[in-house]
Amino acid sequence: MTTAARYKSRVFKSEDSEDKQYVGFATLPNQVHRKSVKKGFDFTLMVAGESGLGKSTLVNSLFLTDLYKDRKLLNAEERINQTVEITKHTVDIEEKGVKLKLTIVDTPGFGDAVNNNECWKPITDYIDQQFEQYFRDESGLNRKNILDNRVHCCLYFIPPFGHGLRPVDVEFMKALHEKVNIIPLVAKADCLTPNEIKKLKDRVRDEIERFGIKVYQFPECDSDEDEEFKQMDKELKECTPFAVIGSNTVVEARGQRVRGRLYPWGIVEVENQSHCDFVKLRNMLIRSHMHDLKDVTCDVHYENYRAHCIQEMTSKLAQDNRIDSPIPILPLPTPDAETERLIKMKDEELKRMQEMLEKMQQQMHEKDTC
Amino acid sequence: MSEIVPPEVRPKPAVPAKPQGSSGGGSTLLGYVGIDTIIEQMRKKTMKTGFDFNVMVVGQSGLGKSTLVNTLFKSQVSRRSSGWSRDEKIPRTVEIKSVSHVIEEGGVKMKLTVIDTPGFGDQINNENCWEPISKYINEQYEKFLKEEVNIARKKRIPDTRVHCCLYFISPTGHSLRQLDIEFMKHLGRAVNIIPVIAKADTLTPEEKTEFKQRVRKELEVCGAEFYPQKEFDEDMEDKSDNDKIRETMPFAVVGSDKEYQVNGKRVLGRKTAWGIVEVENPNHCEFSLLRDFLIRSHLQDLKEVTHNIHYETYRAKRLNDNGGLHPISSSSDTQESNL
Repeated sequence: MTTAARYKSRVFKSEDSEDKQYVGFATLPNQVHRKSVKKGFDFTLMVAGESGLGKSTLVNSLFLTDLYKDRKLLNAEERINQTVEITKHTVDIEEKGVKLKLTIVDTPGFGDAVNNNECWKPITDYIDQQFEQYFRDESGLNRKNILDNRVHCCLYFIPPFGHGLRPVDVEFMKALHEKVNIIPLVAKADCLTPNEIKKLKDRVRDEIERFGIKVYQFPECDSDEDEEFKQMDKELKECTPFAVIGSNTVVEARGQRVRGRLYPWGIVEVENQSHCDFVKLRNMLIRSHMHDLKDVTCDVHYENYRAHCIQEMTSKLAQDNRIDSPIPILPLPTPDAETERLIKMKDEELKRMQEMLEKMQQQMHEKDTC
Repeated sequence: MSEIVPPEVRPKPAVPAKPQGSSGGGSTLLGYVGIDTIIEQMRKKTMKTGFDFNVMVVGQSGLGKSTLVNTLFKSQVSRRSSGWSRDEKIPRTVEIKSVSHVIEEGGVKMKLTVIDTPGFGDQINNENCWEPISKYINEQYEKFLKEEVNIARKKRIPDTRVHCCLYFISPTGHSLRQLDIEFMKHLGRAVNIIPVIAKADTLTPEEKTEFKQRVRKELEVCGAEFYPQKEFDEDMEDKSDNDKIRETMPFAVVGSDKEYQVNGKRVLGRKTAWGIVEVENPNHCEFSLLRDFLIRSHLQDLKEVTHNIHYETYRAKRLNDNGGLHPISSSSDTQESNL
């Protein structure tokens, strides 16, 4: 391989004595970095929760864009027969040469009806569909351009008006905690006093544990990280669920222009850490754990799905007893009668051709030995 | 038997009429008679007997219903203050729990009953969750009707009918939820509903105005009437007063039972990192408007509308359904009522 030659020439123009001392693959992270920057990143974020909890505003505040410019709010009559929809907005953001293709999956209609039984089903179906699509692509022949549409993270908005998790919150999170990374948030946190926020967070944390909901866990930091980082990490973990506020408007506060909400009794600043946990959420989501979220999606949730899928298929095949191949097969849908007939015909043709080839080979072999 | 009288508004009890100058039909007095002292006489009577007021609070849990009621009546009258623990589980069906207190002010005694409806709108499937509430309201009318129809009537029939229903709207900032509309449509004809926007400190002034406009429009479109209902305005003065109120409803309120020091005064409010929301400051929220409306100007009217209109509607329906009214003796409790 020419890799050795390649990296040597690119990086180390230093003295020859150093070259003799070490191999130089410590530069691998740089190479990976360079390649990834060129390729760009993608990230799919889902937001779920009842209407009116500030989901769109928060997304706009997080990514400093305006993804929902042309949104038309339905009035109550129009919403009577609305079922839960899944909508996608994709935007390409670039910062300091790094490109990010961000996809926001929204779930309008969730929890809005009078009867919300199984209102999370369209959402679980969507997530499964993305997994299935990726599974097929991965098992396919041409794997160069696989699009990764899997949902990497789901922000779930808990209303601040209750006393903790409501039945619909619990059921939703339990239906999704093994399919996607759930990060619960307390929405519209500016209607709570600091005391109330603390009580609510404690209550939510308790209930999450009590009901056995597996929300996204921050990875433990390495033991060789410095104390400051460890302290920050600890604070972050104790702060969940984050109490957030979003804003689409810029107001004047303390002589600066900041994103905030202007009330008659004061100004709430979105990026002020003593007002809400928005900064913590943004840092966690974008600046430190974005890659980990993707990793957990690939390594844990997707693998779960894949294992489950394969298990189902092999058990079905064992029942059907159609083909006894030990190799895992493409999850093709069961073909209809016409296609099956065609497949059979082709199979027979192939067999005949194989036999002919064998015969010819034998003839040639005999000829040679003669 | 007696004919079935169509429900008409019974003439109001003898409240002294508003001063009308020289209207046609009245003769001018030639001296001071003393008719106007009837006001004083009524006042004395009312002070002695006191009066009842029953208010029901409906809304999802956590919207601040108990706190608001406590703030309105400046005393610990809600269920929460009577030993109910906030950590109780959400009940599976809507329950009706009422708590009564006698509060006194300026020599006037009021027996205030607060009827709470835990479990409303909290389940995943909230279909028909207003039915227990509707049932309760009708039961109170039924009770009153039974007492009225007795041969030996009590001098003062205990009034447990719901005079006013405060409906708490969640401050989403978008529009009403379907559950809100369903509730108001089903119960607007049976009881006086006063919608309020709960926890209004989550809305900026612009958002508040927009939200209120949208809510009013939606209620109009779906035909849900809230108190004060347009059709019961009696004269132009009433109409213009009530129109003004209807323009500002639903009131965006904030409740609190904690006091803080602001500008040298102690005020009820909520303290956050960016300021103190003052409950009784009209620039901050409309709590004082609600209080004045509910208690200081329309309390008696609420009772009258309940008695003269909602109750009469119920009564007429009952009479029509059963083809006539038979007076029952006081021993009717043991046998099936033949209403």
